[in-house]
Amino acid sequence: MEPDELLRSVMRRQAALSLRVAAVFLGIIFVLPLINLFLPALAATKVGGFTLTWLILGILFYPITWALSAYFIKSSNELEHQLAQEHGEPSA
Amino acid sequence: MIPLLFVILVTVATVVLGIVVTKRSQSASDFFVAGRQVSVGMNASAISGEYLSAASFMGVAGLVMKNGYDALWYPVGYAAGYLLLLLFIAGPLRRFGAYTIPDFAEGRFDSPLFRRIAVSFVLFIGFFYTMPQMKGAGVTMGTIMGWPYYVGIAVVGTVITFNVALGGMKGITFVQAFQYWAKLFAITVPVFVLMAIFGPYHSKMGELADNPKAAPKVLKDTPLKFAGKDKAPANAVAFSALSETTLTFTKDATLAKVSTARKPEPGEDKLDAQKALSAGTTIPAGTALVASRIMVTKDGQPLLKDGKPVMTAPKIEFDTKTEATLAAGSFVPNAQNNTKWLAPFGTLTSKHGYPLLYTYSLIIALICGTAGLPHILVRFYTNPDGRSAKATTFWVMVLIGVFYAFTPIWGALGRADLPSLYANNKTDSVVIALPKALENKLLGDILSGITSAGAFAAFMSTFSGLLVSMSGALAHDIYGKILKPKATPEERIKMFKLAAILFGAVAMGLGLLVEQFDIAMLVGWAFAIAAASYFPLLLLGAWWKGLTMPGAAAGMLGGGLLSLAAVIATMLDTFKIITIENGIVKTLCEQPAIWGVPLSLTIMFVVSKLTASQVPADANVKMLRLHAPEELGHSQDYIGEHGH
Repeated sequence: MEPDELLRSVMRRQAALSLRVAAVFLGIIFVLPLINLFLPALAATKVGGFTLTWLILGILFYPITWALSAYFIKSSNELEHQLAQEHGEPSA
Repeated sequence: MIPLLFVILVTVATVVLGIVVTKRSQSASDFFVAGRQVSVGMNASAISGEYLSAASFMGVAGLVMKNGYDALWYPVGYAAGYLLLLLFIAGPLRRFGAYTIPDFAEGRFDSPLFRRIAVSFVLFIGFFYTMPQMKGAGVTMGTIMGWPYYVGIAVVGTVITFNVALGGMKGITFVQAFQYWAKLFAITVPVFVLMAIFGPYHSKMGELADNPKAAPKVLKDTPLKFAGKDKAPANAVAFSALSETTLTFTKDATLAKVSTARKPEPGEDKLDAQKALSAGTTIPAGTALVASRIMVTKDGQPLLKDGKPVMTAPKIEFDTKTEATLAAGSFVPNAQNNTKWLAPFGTLTSKHGYPLLYTYSLIIALICGTAGLPHILVRFYTNPDGRSAKATTFWVMVLIGVFYAFTPIWGALGRADLPSLYANNKTDSVVIALPKALENKLLGDILSGITSAGAFAAFMSTFSGLLVSMSGALAHDIYGKILKPKATPEERIKMFKLAAILFGAVAMGLGLLVEQFDIAMLVGWAFAIAAASYFPLLLLGAWWKGLTMPGAAAGMLGGGLLSLAAVIATMLDTFKIITIENGIVKTLCEQPAIWGVPLSLTIMFVVSKLTASQVPADANVKMLRLHAPEELGHSQDYIGEHGH
């Protein structure tokens, strides 16, 4: 395979993975202020002493980013292994 | 005395660790990137240790205590920035293989000129980031030890400067890792003890939500110390509008200004706050000052909200520092009610009237700024390969996430159990002051000693990290690449040590100058510059083949310098040198990332298109090196290739 094609295919597949995970992450972090603004009653729902929005931002947000990070790393390592298999010997 | 012992202990441990590992730190490669042999666990601890600065250890807890919900965006943004770093930057950068961001800048475009521009930002961001660390050191030592401001700076600055000059980065990798665990211990263990005595996190939060209109009260007569005009705005005391407040002065006081706690809205009558005070602007010691409530009126009629008249109270600003006692049972000045504290869009983001805009811009600054901080990125080169660079990022997110999840607990406990900090404008010291509120003085001193040591570790680790990247930039980039390309490794190490001592001295000097500036404002400066300069460079540099050197340079300079100008405008406005009237402009100047980052990216895109002929001829090879899996053998260390 030509280096050009190799590059395009590698980058496209890496970017697709990164953008997919980024979309979930940015979705959560940018939608939360909108929920706070437009659904204040939902945001203020009490869950075990905390308001729902405090529980999400102050506590649950961290494990969510860990899960996204772990998913990305697993997929990314699989992708690289797959690319290495497909393209075989070093071509540069 | 006990806090001092703990601080000395953590300082001695830091220096001894530094000296011990120095003996193993031999080659130039060891000095700059720890010989690339740092394990994932060690590196993740070190990155976390370096990242958790004064702002994280003391500032976040204080900010949550002061502003409530809105302040939660800070720790979340600090932690979440690593996800963007992981998704788009960590892997490619490590595969490309270079010691520093300037190495990446030059290697990506084969342009020594661009290296010089990029280096200037390492020093620029670095110095702005060291100033708040130095200020934090001076203030903490003042709080716990009663030392003058400059002594804290001199002690912290000297210890770290020598530690860095002696050990280089290998030295501090171990030390930084040690300091992460010291900081985690210091933020978690005392808070568990405090919760066992004062009550758990969720029940504190539940009490606040169950009493929405209530506000913090002091249960016994509480002595307070107030700052003078030279520390403005920390000299302000806004009395509660819930009831009248009595403040008995134990020292003479002079008021510089009297106004109302509530900002008047257009159309409302001008209120005379002085009438609601039982004394004039000169208050002799022994006077009991009573601050009464004031009814807000419009055209002479009481202003109603939900059928009840809107009330406010006087806000006074002291001319010089003074002391007074707040009567038992009083509502604490400067504290908002529980609803305002718990709900989103409170005092922090609403101050200029555009809370959603403020919130979004703050989020962008924090997540993009984190990914563009020079002292953090340099550590990704200390991983043996891209795979371990990614694993390191994951563990960093876990380590700092656990840490940050604990910081708001301090804020909630501080609000419930030590509200007098609101009145003194000392919420920043909550992690150190709260344990001292315990009945058991010995236990309080021990816990306060632990948190003081943690705060100390925080200044030390971030300051050393910054010192290493700045000295590395000078020794490696300016001296080794520009001034004397044929320098031997020994000469470079010597230059690194000299640079460390020089920059350490400059940072201490700058620290002395910024006592009257706000820590958060200075940290915000560093984040704003990083988000609008390095972040776009790294993102487009790694993912867009068409990026040219003029494009990258124009975007980095345009975005970075304009953001800086905006923040300076905010500072000048705060100090009333210039006046910004418009709320949107004010918000966009104080939080410039929402336009700074897109502006920088746009300039890079447009200028690159205009200079398309300057796309590096071997751009494809470069992109392969950034992206091809290492098994394919396209990756080559930039440094290895250029030789040492």
